[in-house]
Amino acid sequence: MRHTITVLVENEFGVLSRVAGLFSGRGFNIDSLSVAPTNEDSISRMTIVTRGDEQILEQITKHLNKLIDVIKVIDFTDGSAVEREMALVKVTAEDDNRAEVLRIADIFRAKVIDVTPKSYTIEVTGSPSKVDAILELLRPLGLKELVRTGPVAIGRGAKGWKG
Amino acid sequence: MKLAGARILLECLKMEGVDTVFGYPGGTVINIFDELYSFPEIRNILPRHEQAGVHAADGYARASGKVGVAIATSGPGATNTVTGIATAYMDSIPLVVITGQVPTALIGNDAFQEVDIIGITRPCTKHNFLVKNVKELAGIVKKAFYIARTGRPGPVLIDLPKDVQVAVTEFKYPDKVEIKGYKPTIEGHPKQVEKAASMLLSARKPVIYVGGGVVLGNAAAELRKLAETLHAPVTTTLMGLGSFPEDSPLSLGLLGMHGTFYANMAVTECDLLVAVGARFDDRVTGKIPAFAPHAKIIHMDVDPTSIRKNVRVDLPIVGAVQDVLTKLNAFLEERRDAVESFRKSIKPWLAQIEGWKAKQPMGFKESAQVIKPQFVIRKLRELSAPDAIIATDVGQHQMWTAQFFTFTSPRTLLSSGGLGTMGYGLPAAMGAQAAFPERQVIAVCGDGGFQMNLQEIATLVQNRLPVKVCVLNNNYLGMVRQWQELFFSKRYSQTVLDLPIDFVKLAEAFGATGFTAAKPDEVEETIRKGFSTPGPVIMEFKIDREEKVLPMVPAGASLNEMVLAS
Repeated sequence: MRHTITVLVENEFGVLSRVAGLFSGRGFNIDSLSVAPTNEDSISRMTIVTRGDEQILEQITKHLNKLIDVIKVIDFTDGSAVEREMALVKVTAEDDNRAEVLRIADIFRAKVIDVTPKSYTIEVTGSPSKVDAILELLRPLGLKELVRTGPVAIGRGAKGWKG
Repeated sequence: MKLAGARILLECLKMEGVDTVFGYPGGTVINIFDELYSFPEIRNILPRHEQAGVHAADGYARASGKVGVAIATSGPGATNTVTGIATAYMDSIPLVVITGQVPTALIGNDAFQEVDIIGITRPCTKHNFLVKNVKELAGIVKKAFYIARTGRPGPVLIDLPKDVQVAVTEFKYPDKVEIKGYKPTIEGHPKQVEKAASMLLSARKPVIYVGGGVVLGNAAAELRKLAETLHAPVTTTLMGLGSFPEDSPLSLGLLGMHGTFYANMAVTECDLLVAVGARFDDRVTGKIPAFAPHAKIIHMDVDPTSIRKNVRVDLPIVGAVQDVLTKLNAFLEERRDAVESFRKSIKPWLAQIEGWKAKQPMGFKESAQVIKPQFVIRKLRELSAPDAIIATDVGQHQMWTAQFFTFTSPRTLLSSGGLGTMGYGLPAAMGAQAAFPERQVIAVCGDGGFQMNLQEIATLVQNRLPVKVCVLNNNYLGMVRQWQELFFSKRYSQTVLDLPIDFVKLAEAFGATGFTAAKPDEVEETIRKGFSTPGPVIMEFKIDREEKVLPMVPAGASLNEMVLAS
């Protein structure tokens, strides 16, 4: 099962390697990982998308908690968090399909951020499934390059945790 | 007053009560060794190889319960520590290993004797630190000792660049440690412990399965109280040996691959398995689906990741085993009547176990012609001091020691259980002897493992550490040979060590004493001579070359599928 895990870590030397090494060393999967500082300088926040059965997920969260630099781990079960991902997509856009690319971008409320006579670069933000959907439509038109951030997640509701 | 980093490091060690370190000098740690002159209270024992230095610190820690300290230089010095660190990590031994590093300005430049030891040791340390600024040094050392010894203990490495050792700052050792992400659960949840008491009292075929956590968590007295209150049988892992007296009628000895017939049968048939500070290693469980198939499982462990890692658990209790067992004993104290009727109701179970013991006791075929290794181990027990410390290497002799020595108190067996490191025994014995100069310390080795760190005989002689080394010599890498005999049609590929080494001359070359025994009737005399000779001694026993370690559960088989001694 797909899980989105949020990890608050001390902004220490090598902390990313510790987390990545834990996953590779114990044979856990990482589908995506995004990391950046929070509003506290000393703390960074990671969003990791992983998959596994209940026993594996329990081991993943326990092992993350065991790392000295990890302050907090939250395993968001389905529906308990809002997830957003951004993708930058460079699409072939010549004579006949230039308009079509723009129409698709419009439907997904994506923005064109770079234009050449032969291509459009589009920025799209949304849930991972929305990003999948626009890529599905753009692919037949000629997808030249793609970069995705991987999702970031935040819990639903009024309660927040600082850092 | 402002002090240099090297000086601060030693001041910190002094504040932590460190009296012995195992350090090997080199270019990037000269400053630290130079400062040693100002610290007469810290004794450095100079090993002949950094790996042995870390094993010695590990032996020191296992025997004494204190944090072991080793120091090595950057590059090759640091990489040589890795096997020692991984050994300690697998067996949860508290160590602080300090490595020198090239100056911070050169890090990443492929400088002379530079290696990314932080990267290399990340998966085999509990935590590691690169000190980039001398102002952080004291705080890091404080944290390192705290992390090493608390919760589930383990090795911590501090990488200290040369320029940080030279830089000066105001020295103040912090009073306390605060690490946001590190709060080990020490106290077991009382509700969970109460449930454990109820589960125990309603069991009819209980077995207590004890691991190294009871030794490391200083909970042997609490365990004994539990077992004796309930009259419940106890089996231990290799790491758990010594935590429960093996001469007690309640002891089932070792379980697992080379466990006793009766321990493995009891675990297979039990209806409740109480795991205390054990981690369900594959050498213990055999085939998981057939492991304790009828049992509910209670698992007490200070490390939550050990729980439900390998087996399903019905009742997890996270906490230090000493705390959990103390609470459990208190609950049982309040329920005397229930305990009384429990004792009556498990009598048929104890009788069944006695039946297994009678049917297949631990034994071996004695011989008047050739020395049986098990006979040597029994003689060692008979002739050694009751509080003797035994260190082993890894292989057949290790299992014979585990099976036949009869351990009765914790911290008397030092053995590489998790990583299975050949070459561990001799330096570990060296470390234990440094911790306890007055106690008898014996290293039991095979001829293979002994040769992996035999240079440490020099360290023993130089530092007047009177370790008695017993080499069970079969001119084979015996455990691998045993597997080749059983599973590879006796094709002894590369396990025959057919060079006859003169162990007496070898000992003498280092200034130690050597004895050798070739016949069974020479064994006792050799041990007596060895024990009564001052200083380090090597005793060689030319043993039955093809003797096997039995019983044996083949890898991947279930525990009740044992190859038994005929």
